[in-house]
Amino acid sequence: MKLLERMLGLSLVCVLLYLAFPVNSHAQVDVYDFETVEQEQRFRQLSNEFRCPMCQNANLSSSPGGVAADLRREIYRMIIEGQTDTQIEEFMLSRYGDFVLYRPRLTTQTILLWFGPLLFLLAGIWIGWNVIRNSASRKSSTRNADGSFTVANNSQAVADVVISAEERKRLNRLLAENDLPTNANDMTGR
Amino acid sequence: MSKLKLFLPVIIFFVLAIFMWRGLYQDSRTLPSVLIDRPLPEFQLRSLELGDQLLSTADLPDEPFILNIWGSYCLPCLQENPIFMAAKDQQIIPIIGLNYKDRDESARNWLEINGNPFELNIIDDSGRYGIDLGVYGAPETFLVDANGVIRFKHIGVINYQIWEDEIMPAIAAVRAGGDS
Repeated sequence: MKLLERMLGLSLVCVLLYLAFPVNSHAQVDVYDFETVEQEQRFRQLSNEFRCPMCQNANLSSSPGGVAADLRREIYRMIIEGQTDTQIEEFMLSRYGDFVLYRPRLTTQTILLWFGPLLFLLAGIWIGWNVIRNSASRKSSTRNADGSFTVANNSQAVADVVISAEERKRLNRLLAENDLPTNANDMTGR
Repeated sequence: MSKLKLFLPVIIFFVLAIFMWRGLYQDSRTLPSVLIDRPLPEFQLRSLELGDQLLSTADLPDEPFILNIWGSYCLPCLQENPIFMAAKDQQIIPIIGLNYKDRDESARNWLEINGNPFELNIIDDSGRYGIDLGVYGAPETFLVDANGVIRFKHIGVINYQIWEDEIMPAIAAVRAGGDS
């Protein structure tokens, strides 16, 4: 029990530490003077949105890489020069390509990336729908005039299964042999 | 038809598996350059050789040449230097250096100690021109054609194998393209 308490305590400390120092605390510190708060916010937002081409799994604001610092400096310069976010994005794209965007643009190349998950969801729904429909129709079977059964099969390619009276007897016998508390008549679902 | 349906999950599995398997071995560190087939960006920069004189793209060779991004701090650059030295000795292709985010003194020392394969060393101490080139760290190597258009880029160190298998064919292709 002591051990459990200790482990709980330790994980609590870990959680608190994580909350106290969120991921953003890795941000690199640049000393830039902005004319307005809005400019500073744009700088933060942009350097968070672009991906560092060198350290690849970090954004510009958290990457310690040399090129990331250079790119932050360029973003700062462009903001001070009064360029729009679109212009800055164009600057980055024309030099480093789509790679620098964490949120990829919608192009013919990225269509699958954007809508692939939806495609999989729809496929899942379609498969699920078919499974449910199959299992529902499997229960329905009809009794023919000669006493045989027609078990409806959902798949049209496969012919309906017809059980003759003789086959029914055999089936009943087999079921009895296996000591099952049922007989072929139950297959009507009634 | 229903047989096919039965195998559909297996088929989907194999298609996905092949893509993911390939993904495992894909080099995600080297980015495709967006500058291929675009003219070399303009610059106004000093060089190690010509003092304070500012150079531009007009000062670069009129024939196909290699533009190598290097720095004295860069170990892989030291590794590929002998290859460029050999290329210089055999007069395969002119090689221009872009001394990237370095100090002039350290760069000169480095060239003196290790040999200087470069016809000219353009100085990009701030790294600003490197950004225009989409550079994200030395060494990177561009192949520029006679019209000043970037035709090929290699990211990272060049060894003899890469030189033979990638750079030489690229040079041949650029020369063939320039003749027509």
